[in-house]
Amino acid sequence: MKALLALESGRVFAGLSFGAEGETTGEVVFNTCMAGYQEILTDPSYEGQIITMTSPHIGNYGVNEEDAESRKPFGAGLVVREISGLYSNWRAKESLQAYMQRFGLVGLSDIDTRALTKHLREVGSLRGVVSTRDLDTKSLISKAKAAPSMAGQDLAKHVTADKAYQWAREGGRWIRRSFDKAPELLTGERFRVVVMDFGVKFNTLRNLSQHGCQLLVMPAQSTADQILALEPDGILISNGPGDPAAVPYGVESLQQLIRELERRTKDRQFAIMGICLGHQLLGLALGGKTFKLKFGHRGGNHPVKDVATGKIEITSQNHGFAVDAASLPQKDVEVSHLNLNDNTCEGLRHRRLPIFAVQYHPESAPGPHDAAYLFDRFLQQMTAKRAHA
Amino acid sequence: MPKRQDIHTILIIGSGPIVIGQACEFDYSGTQAVKALVKEGYRVVLVNSNPATIMTDPELAHATYIEPLTPEILEEVIAKERPEALLPTLGGQTALNLAVALSERGVLDKYKVELIGARLEAIKKAEDRRLFKKTMQEVGLKLPKSGYAKALAEGEEIARGIGYPLIIRPSFTLGGIGSGTVYAKDELLQALRRGLEASPVNEILIEESIIGWKEFELEVMRDSADNCVVVCSIENLDPMGVHTGDSITVAPIQTLTDREYQAMRDDAFTCIRAIGVDTGGSNIQFAVNPGTGERMVIEMNPRVSRSSALASKATGFPIAKIAALLAVGYHLDELKNDITKETPASFEPSIDYTVVKIPRFAFEKFTAADQTLNTAMKSVGEVMALGRTFKEALQKALRGLEIGSQGLGADGKSPGEGLQTLQDTAEVGRERLLNLLKDRIRIPNCERIFYLKAALIAGVPAREIVEWSKIDPWFINQIEEIVEFEKKLKGAPANPIERDLLLESKRFGFSDFQIGFLRGATERQVRDWRLTMNVIPTYKSVDTCAAEFQAYTPYYYSTYEDEDEIRPSSKKRVMILGGGPNRIGQGIEFDYCCVHAVMALKEEGYETIMVNCNPETVSTDYDTSDKLFFEPLTLEDVLNIVDKEKPEGLIVQFGGQTPLNLAIPLEKSNVKILGTSPDSIDLAEDRKRFGALLTKLGIPQAPNGTALSFEEAKATTERIGYPVMIRPSYVLGGRAMEVVYDEAMLADYIARATRVSPEHPILIDKFLDNAIELDVDVLSDGEDTYIGGIMEHIEEAGIHSGDSACVLPSRTLSPKDLATLRQYTEQLAKGLQVRGLMNIQFAIREGIIYILEANPRASRTVPFVSKATGVSLAKLAARVMVGRKLRDLIPAKLLTEGPQMSWVAVKEAVLPWSRFPGVDAILGPEMRSTGEVMGIDRDFSRAFAKSQAAAGTQLPKSGGVLFSLTDKDKPAGSQIARELVKLGFELYATGSTAIDFRNQGLEVRTVLKLTEGRPNVADVIKNRDVVLVINTPSGKRTRTEGFTIRQAALQHNVPIVTTLAAARAALTAIRGLKDGHWTVSSLQDYYADGKKNFKGSVGAASPIHG
Ligand SMILES: Nc1ncnc2c1ncn2[C@@H]1O[C@H](COP(=O)(O)OP(=O)(O)O)[C@@H](O)[C@H]1O
Ligand SMILES: Nc1ncnc2c1ncn2[C@@H]1O[C@H](COP(=O)(O)OP(=O)(O)O)[C@@H](O)[C@H]1O
Ligand SMILES: [Mg+2]
Ligand SMILES: [Mg+2]
Repeated sequence: MKALLALESGRVFAGLSFGAEGETTGEVVFNTCMAGYQEILTDPSYEGQIITMTSPHIGNYGVNEEDAESRKPFGAGLVVREISGLYSNWRAKESLQAYMQRFGLVGLSDIDTRALTKHLREVGSLRGVVSTRDLDTKSLISKAKAAPSMAGQDLAKHVTADKAYQWAREGGRWIRRSFDKAPELLTGERFRVVVMDFGVKFNTLRNLSQHGCQLLVMPAQSTADQILALEPDGILISNGPGDPAAVPYGVESLQQLIRELERRTKDRQFAIMGICLGHQLLGLALGGKTFKLKFGHRGGNHPVKDVATGKIEITSQNHGFAVDAASLPQKDVEVSHLNLNDNTCEGLRHRRLPIFAVQYHPESAPGPHDAAYLFDRFLQQMTAKRAHA
Repeated sequence: MPKRQDIHTILIIGSGPIVIGQACEFDYSGTQAVKALVKEGYRVVLVNSNPATIMTDPELAHATYIEPLTPEILEEVIAKERPEALLPTLGGQTALNLAVALSERGVLDKYKVELIGARLEAIKKAEDRRLFKKTMQEVGLKLPKSGYAKALAEGEEIARGIGYPLIIRPSFTLGGIGSGTVYAKDELLQALRRGLEASPVNEILIEESIIGWKEFELEVMRDSADNCVVVCSIENLDPMGVHTGDSITVAPIQTLTDREYQAMRDDAFTCIRAIGVDTGGSNIQFAVNPGTGERMVIEMNPRVSRSSALASKATGFPIAKIAALLAVGYHLDELKNDITKETPASFEPSIDYTVVKIPRFAFEKFTAADQTLNTAMKSVGEVMALGRTFKEALQKALRGLEIGSQGLGADGKSPGEGLQTLQDTAEVGRERLLNLLKDRIRIPNCERIFYLKAALIAGVPAREIVEWSKIDPWFINQIEEIVEFEKKLKGAPANPIERDLLLESKRFGFSDFQIGFLRGATERQVRDWRLTMNVIPTYKSVDTCAAEFQAYTPYYYSTYEDEDEIRPSSKKRVMILGGGPNRIGQGIEFDYCCVHAVMALKEEGYETIMVNCNPETVSTDYDTSDKLFFEPLTLEDVLNIVDKEKPEGLIVQFGGQTPLNLAIPLEKSNVKILGTSPDSIDLAEDRKRFGALLTKLGIPQAPNGTALSFEEAKATTERIGYPVMIRPSYVLGGRAMEVVYDEAMLADYIARATRVSPEHPILIDKFLDNAIELDVDVLSDGEDTYIGGIMEHIEEAGIHSGDSACVLPSRTLSPKDLATLRQYTEQLAKGLQVRGLMNIQFAIREGIIYILEANPRASRTVPFVSKATGVSLAKLAARVMVGRKLRDLIPAKLLTEGPQMSWVAVKEAVLPWSRFPGVDAILGPEMRSTGEVMGIDRDFSRAFAKSQAAAGTQLPKSGGVLFSLTDKDKPAGSQIARELVKLGFELYATGSTAIDFRNQGLEVRTVLKLTEGRPNVADVIKNRDVVLVINTPSGKRTRTEGFTIRQAALQHNVPIVTTLAAARAALTAIRGLKDGHWTVSSLQDYYADGKKNFKGSVGAASPIHG
């Protein structure tokens, strides 16, 4: 069946529909990962975005049970050059098309995705509509223009957990368990980590759990008091979608947490780690500013340099906003990581307090595992507190 | 870290002659490295025995040695040049092995040379299978189970522990001799015995076979700060069991999830770190169980490899250049990505297209060879194609392969075509069809891809094909989609088809020819449909980053999309067509010529546009030409580019036969061909027209005629007289040429020549026996003619010029002969109105000079002549083709007198016998060499000895020599034997040769033939009683005793000489070897001498190139 993608710029791409039929609007972005479409679709950070994969063959290995990054796909739509007619992989459970149909996700194939990517690179991310229903280009373009802009949108509230839960492994499976007060640490659990969920990915939770952390996931709107009441060793500020500036409540909680850290002696200090949106929120909470990148960083091949060690890591990235390095208060905060492609701020660190954050994804999924050491760093900070105690 | 300041001179070792498994990809990598290091200010010393390389151009390195790649020679170079560092990772296995040898002999310590790129321990850990296994196990990576056995019992014990199937590989054998897969216990003992027997050290490796698992390759780079990146991931369509070099491969990986890919990436880094490759590129191969995902490491190459060249071309990331810079201390983030200019080299390319590589084989030249693809590589070249989808890239690659196919079948020319209709005929039946298909799919072979398609067309279910082939269902499905579309296209109503369908065909990768074939139209008609309906290709850039950043390098491929990315330019443009995939007869020499044309035309102020599809070459390096189109060399693809680029003209005479075949069709399409006109090319190729020209010019030709039947052939032959040289007219490169000595052989030949027709008669020439063959490369601008070199062959006429050794300057020609040759050459250059290069082959017999053939194009010998004389013929030719005059380009004296050399250069061919056990190692009129080397020295004996050493034939200084000669060679042979005795050699001979020698008063030991008992010829060879074999074949195509002698010599790596002419040259060389040791000089030194000796002949460090 025919389908169209119309952009607010007036450009229209005609192709074929796959997945669910219907119409979807969102910010059109491109991702240069050559594999990992399942992880990308299910990453809550893509809430409200229509994703173009630059890699031409998508769907080759189907969809499986283990590689989902959240409970459902969050992307608003998927645009590809060619959708695979057959999937092949020993772990696959169903085709990408069937999966998308199950979740009502609209897909568009057989368009010049490279032309689309170049267009986005040149004019910046654009609002767009994919439709199988409305094939009138004029009407679609005006719908694209009418769609809400990413800037100023709080999307985290759509994707966050509706209530607190503990994320744990039981009988070989990951489960969510509700709790009233923080459970005791079990043997093998070394630290309690509270996750502020702005759209957290499963792989962040898997990584922390494998590092021996008890994980208590809290909704985005949770207050500092609610978090502190759980007596965390560490707090992870997760990734998530949308404009950080539109999440004042998150910034507010973080500011309170930072003030609490300032008050505490070293032996009582919890550690804070931020990822992606979490990084931006920390940047704002520490007094910095954020801005919207022209077309964002989305892919699995961005070189980032650890300023302290000089080491390069190839990172998994997915963000449309960034922290303005110059806006950070120099006396408290330093830039810890730099993007070697465009020199934007990829990480920050508090000079005195156990706070650090990165703009990219140490949990990868999809993408290289080079940055997984950051979880160790988080653990070290929590260990340091113990050492002071 | 910035570059190292403590090193000044760096030695780079090339990979030597082109052989199977080591081709021109190492010229590409070496050239990049030399350029990069020179640019960094280092003094670069280069050693390579292969003159047909760009890397050995004297302008590139500071000192260029075209010398044999042996430890002895390398030591001489090191002693002379005193490099502080040796970079061994760019010259393939050859350079690595030499580095190890030099290190173990203490040479590197003695001269304080540091190995950079990879240290000795790292090379050993990767190359020694035992150490590799141990190292991998220590870091927790899995490998197939294996063990070494030296005895049967030990072997059985190991096999018990491994289970079946298993692979047996004898240690230290070539070409997989004695190796094999054992599927069940009852085959074991025999296989063990065969393996132990084949190994010179009586040792075998027994390994768990994981045949049928998915096979992958990762190209990894590491810098001295331990930053690692994967440049490219490659999936083998042919699963484990088929060598990666013989597999159809695809980039990027298509059938792994990110999770699985990332785990493999982690393993790759673990591997490179454990092996300890300090800096540079490595290739790591993995196998994945398709049912469980279990992963094993197969091997790692701690160096730039064939796959690295592929990866570089596939992604735009210059692996070799970066590897060289990392070796001198740079870190990845300190180097820029040339293509984006702004982003650093420390990243992983993302590609938004699909790359398909298909190997090219030469089995038609080795009919006795086992054509089954297995763990030993057999292909001689490869083609790469880029398309947005796999289907498009696959079809482009297949038509770029030049095996007659215009894509995946649907052309009436491909293997397996029309098979499906067989089932309708009673005598074949479905069952037999299915059996045939199953056979061609189950047992890997070079035509399998076509049979996969044939099976789908015949209605075999995809899952059955997967079962037979173990190829991933995803790929089979892709082919199925092509098949489905083909049906749709075929079944569409009237011509011309609708635009949408036409466009869709192109998006499925169908060529105009295929569409025409399916629609009952001509290729030309389909092109017209496309042009009227505006279905024209768009060109996309290869930019390393999937369009995330702006690309500055104009490296393009065609596809059918919305948006075209070509940036128009206002400069005057010339397009150069390359040679396509390497094959026997058309290899690196032609790429060399194309690259030189590009360089010269750039200097002439032209924008150069290169078209080629061979990923191994320098011509397809993105910074060789101003614009690179990585496209098949077919009329359709070339015309499309011409339409887009509108060049002033095309150069088709440099890439070998491939572009030459396009000359007339291109001209008919109103494309301007530069240089010698297509009509002249045709004139030289058309026997009638050429014969008429020769008669007019009064140049003798061997008596000849044509025939359509045995009767005609017999009549012609009787007129001319036996022996005759006979060949079909539709093949090139000496294919199917034979010398026929009598009527019985003639009858036999005619019976085998299948495709005889009025358009394709059989060509018969008087065979000029005992004639000296000559090759002349000449340059003409229509007014002046410059004779680049007159090469005298070592082997007599009858041995293909490509397989014969030759020497410059000529050795035995009288001044009168030379004058006649000059005169004929000039007459022909005028007669054919040559503008550019021409190659002429002559034969001198009993004082008469005959012309064998003339080819008004660049020849295989152009690089050799250019290197030997210091005058770059290809560059001069390119300038002439755009209108420059020779007299403005070459000093007058050089132009009239030709190059004067105070040295001697010998070219020797390198043959792939060891790769094809069972193929008889005799030379003939059909070319079978894969590459060449050059020996250069002050006199012939040393130059020849060097050429032999470089070609891998270490001539002995003492020991036993085995003679087995045909009757006609016995008198002359005994002379050679006598001389060898004087030099202290002992004589061995087979029956009648021994009797003959004894009658001549020579002391000789008789050796039994294989059938006569033991010890026999094989035994004396195996025991090394004999260190040189001189065996002249009888000329009959029967499996004679000589065959077994030659096989034994090959298997045990004992030098073998099969013509008396070569034996005589060998004798001279042995004499030279015995009175002195090797000395080496750089090309730059020779040329400087030349300048002293003959003003204006050759320029000092900068040779003449206009
Ligand atoms: N254990 C094995 N079982 C089945 N096939 C194998 C095995 N080991 C190697 N092969 C096949 O043989 C090919 C060549 O082996 P490899 O170790 O890579 O040698 P080379 O040095 O010639 O590249 C591989 O590409 C693979 O397809
Ligand atoms: N009439 C002949 N007599 C003797 N040898 C010949 C004759 N014609 C060709 N040959 C031999 O066969 C070889 C190949 O023939 P040629 O015509 O050059 O074919 P190709 O086009 O393959 O180069 C020559 O190099 C030469 O050694
Ligand atoms: Mg290999
Ligand atoms: Mg010839």
